[in-house]
Amino acid sequence: MKKRIQLPLKDEDLVELRAGDSLLLNGPLLTGRDAAHKRLYEAAQSGKELPVAIKGETIYYVGPCPAKPGRIIGSAGPTTSSRMDFYTPTLLKLGLKGMIGKGQRSPEVIEAVTTYGAVYFAALGGAGALIANSIIKAEIVAYPDLGPEAIYRIEVRDFPVIVAIDGKGNDLYRIGRAEYSRRSERNDEC
Amino acid sequence: MREIDVERITEAVAKLCWESNVNLGADIGLGLEKALRSEESPVGRECLRGIIENANIARAEGLPICQDTGMVVVFIEYGQEIIIRGGDFQEAINEGVRRGYREGYLRNSVVVDPLRRVNSGDNCPAVIHTQIVPGDRLRITVVPKGFGSENQSRLAMLTPAQGREGVKKFIIDTVNLAGACPCPPLVVGVGLGGTMEMAALLAKKALLREVGTNNPDPFWDEFEAELLREINDLGIGPQGLGGSNTALAIHIIPYPTHIAGLPVAVNISCHVTRHQSAEL
Repeated sequence: MKKRIQLPLKDEDLVELRAGDSLLLNGPLLTGRDAAHKRLYEAAQSGKELPVAIKGETIYYVGPCPAKPGRIIGSAGPTTSSRMDFYTPTLLKLGLKGMIGKGQRSPEVIEAVTTYGAVYFAALGGAGALIANSIIKAEIVAYPDLGPEAIYRIEVRDFPVIVAIDGKGNDLYRIGRAEYSRRSERNDEC
Repeated sequence: MREIDVERITEAVAKLCWESNVNLGADIGLGLEKALRSEESPVGRECLRGIIENANIARAEGLPICQDTGMVVVFIEYGQEIIIRGGDFQEAINEGVRRGYREGYLRNSVVVDPLRRVNSGDNCPAVIHTQIVPGDRLRITVVPKGFGSENQSRLAMLTPAQGREGVKKFIIDTVNLAGACPCPPLVVGVGLGGTMEMAALLAKKALLREVGTNNPDPFWDEFEAELLREINDLGIGPQGLGGSNTALAIHIIPYPTHIAGLPVAVNISCHVTRHQSAEL
């Protein structure tokens, strides 16, 4: 049975989460990917107020398909998280608590996740239709000019994720790979 | 000479854009089922079950399998006895992409300029490769290519002395460096030989071969089997969270090359690997 977690993330949940845990997320999230991250980062660097408060929030790295008539959102799977690595420590410093995406993160991100007691979840890459069905509300809250890259406020019901990097710095991408590698040399540098 | 009106080309391209984005190829579906049976990692099996469930939802509800509906690559085999009437051939293809993406509610993922980065708003232009062939048929293959995997592709100009081992190392290193980013389990396309751009083009074409089929040349078939074993020994696994299925298949297309060269291109593709063809 997968554990259900209510968003926004609470400190008592954050300390309990361990790399490898399979969870179902419920509640509000923000979306944001490359272009939105660049803008948030630049606003933070120049001391401007961000168009959305990110303290305590969880950001889902996604650029959804347009919604068909009668639907809330189009396909909405995660994008590759490493492209957000450059901006991420700054956002974690500002109070971001959770990130959802796909793929490994940089050592700087892992360190910042540990420093600020945050978490990185892996969603199922390429599972856009499945995840769209767990999104029950979606509205644009910032940067509408960015189209699919705009920041949305979404609400999810039983959004399936796996804890990939926990607040202790455990990294499932590294651990999982080492466990199943049949090669003699180390392959986890990527 | 046989005449084909451009509108028929536009209609065919629009339909192929939709179908390839919504219906997972049967060969890939079988490949995923096979991977699920052999996967050693429980997390890997969970990921594979989710991937299969997602494809079923996409088909049943008419939703794109993945939100990255790709930049569209179009391969045309143009029979030399055909005359195109009614307009511009390339524009007819782009109009098909425009229509398919608009009417199918597919995501527009193309920027007009690589550095100025303004979205073109209609997923155009497509990347079009046309080959003139004997006959009076027009074969259209639409390949919507996502960039989670495209970004992990690499090309190298090896020396003949590096040979088989050099090629093997470059391919394995490419998959290893890609790790979780390209949405494994992968389909790996390899173009070997020719010139620089020919190797890249063949690597893309290699993705079109059905998963589960053998290379027609036993020499290359054996090399593919060896490479697939070693790729799956990397332990990257489904979604890169560890496991015994990192790739569903690796396909190699060789081509004659220069006495001084050994170009190798590796085109990485995800567990969706979309392509659909039609013949007019």
